[in-house]
Amino acid sequence: MTTIGVLSLQGDFREHREVLERLGATAPEVRCPRDLEGLDGLIIPGGESTTIVRLMRTSGLLEPLRKLVGRGFPVWGTCAGMILLAKQLDATGTPALEAMDIGVRRNAFGRQADSFEVDLRIPVLGDPPFHAIFIRAPVIEAVGPEVEVLARLADGTPVAARQDRLLATAFHPELTPDSRFHRFFLDHVVRRV
Amino acid sequence: MDKGTWTVKVGLAQMLKGGVITDVVTPDHAKIAEEAGACAVMALERVPADIRAAGGVARMADPTVIEAIKGAVTIPVMAKCRIGHFVEAQILEALGVDYIDESEVLTPADEEHHIYKHPFTVPFVCGCRDLGEALRRIGEGAAMIRTKGEAGTGNVVEAVRHARAVLGAIRRLQGLTPDELMAEAKNLRAPYELVTEVARTGRLPVVNFAAGGIATPADAALMMQLGVDGIFVGSGIFKSADPSARARAIVQATTHFKDAKILAEVSHGLGEAMPGLDVRSMKPEELLATRGW
Repeated sequence: MTTIGVLSLQGDFREHREVLERLGATAPEVRCPRDLEGLDGLIIPGGESTTIVRLMRTSGLLEPLRKLVGRGFPVWGTCAGMILLAKQLDATGTPALEAMDIGVRRNAFGRQADSFEVDLRIPVLGDPPFHAIFIRAPVIEAVGPEVEVLARLADGTPVAARQDRLLATAFHPELTPDSRFHRFFLDHVVRRV
Repeated sequence: MDKGTWTVKVGLAQMLKGGVITDVVTPDHAKIAEEAGACAVMALERVPADIRAAGGVARMADPTVIEAIKGAVTIPVMAKCRIGHFVEAQILEALGVDYIDESEVLTPADEEHHIYKHPFTVPFVCGCRDLGEALRRIGEGAAMIRTKGEAGTGNVVEAVRHARAVLGAIRRLQGLTPDELMAEAKNLRAPYELVTEVARTGRLPVVNFAAGGIATPADAALMMQLGVDGIFVGSGIFKSADPSARARAIVQATTHFKDAKILAEVSHGLGEAMPGLDVRSMKPEELLATRGW
C-alpha cells in the first residue's frame, strides 16, 4: 500500500485525500514533523501560499521537509504547492522549499475575476484533454535544464512541470473528478513503474 | 477559457479552508493580518463593534479604503455590501475585490430580497443561522456560506448556536428517506434540489465558515471542532490588546484545532481579549443576525 501524506495546514487538503483514497492509497494528514514518518510521498495542496509557509515555519515542518526533498523524496505541489516548491519567485514572494528549478509568478492572471477553467492537452496523460481549474493561479516563467514541461496554455505558458521526483501544477486536479494526474503522480513519480 | 464559473467561484473558497479571514480597516491592519497568517482579509471602514457603537446606517466602505487595502497585501481581499444592494455589489465587482460578503453587519437595503448573485463574475459569501437560510442563499448564487453568529459582541454563543443548527440539520437530513425529503424541503423553506444533494453528500455544496463573536484561539478551535471549514474574525483581533499576537494565535488554533497541547501553548500571554457583550441582555433590534432571512 502506498502512503502519500497531504500537507494539511490550510487549503483544499481534503479534496486531495479523497482522490488518493479513491485510488487505493493511504493519505494521512501532515500537520507536524512526526507526521512525515513512513510516507512514500507528499502532496502540498492549493491554499494561500503565504499562510501555508508561515504555518510550516511555526509547526517546524519547513526544515525537515527541505531535507527530505533534498534526498529525493517525491512531492507534488498544486497551485500554492507549486509556489512552495519553486527556487525562484517574483518580487512579491520569498522562496520556501527551493526544491524545483523553476521560476514562478504568483497571481499571474490577476484577481479572482480572472480565475478560469480550460481544457489542456497533456501528452503524459494521453486523451482526452484534461479539464484544468485555475484559481488566482501562478504560472511558470522560467525552467531549468532538468525540468520537463508537462502542460502549456494555448499561448505557450508552462503550467505543469516535472523534475525527477518533483511535480508541480498551477491548476487544481483535485477539484475535478478526473484522477489521471493523481494516478500519474503515484505511478510515475512515487513508484516509478 | 471560461471565467466566473460556479466551479472557480466555489473553488476560491475551497482554497481558503482551514484558514482565518480577518476584518481590517487600514493597509497596516491588512499587513499585520497577512503577516500573522490570515488567508484573506475583509476590507471595511469600521469593524462590527464600532459599527454597533456608531449606530445609524452602515454602508459599503469607501472605495479608497478598499483600494488601499488591496494594494497592501497579496492574499485575497473581500468587501461587504448591504443585503439586497446589488449596485454596491456591482461597484465592488468593478473595484476587483476577490469576494463580496452580502452582510447583515451593514444596514439592509432590501428587507425582502437578497441579491441574485449568479450573474456576477465575482463570488459571494452570505450569512445564515440555519440550514434553510444557507440553502436559500446558495440557491441565489452564494458560493460560500458563513454562519452569522452575532458580530461585534466578542461572544461566541450565537456562532455556536448557528453552526450547530446548520450541521445538526445536515446530519438529520441524512437519516431521511427519499419520500421524506420534499416535506423537509418545505419545512426548511429551501430549494428541493439542494436539500436532496445535501442529504446525499452529507455536506453543504459550498464551503462553510463560522463568524460573529470569535475572540480567542479557543473560540476558533471550538468552531472548527464543531465542523466548520474556517473562521472569520471581525472585531476580535483589532479590538484586543495585542492584535498581532492574537491574530497569530487564532491562525495557529484554526490549523491545529484538534491538538489541545498546541491550543494551550498559543493561548498564553495574549493580553486582554476584546470586551464582550452578553447577547441575552441585548434588545431584539440590536441583534444583527436577524437581518436577512
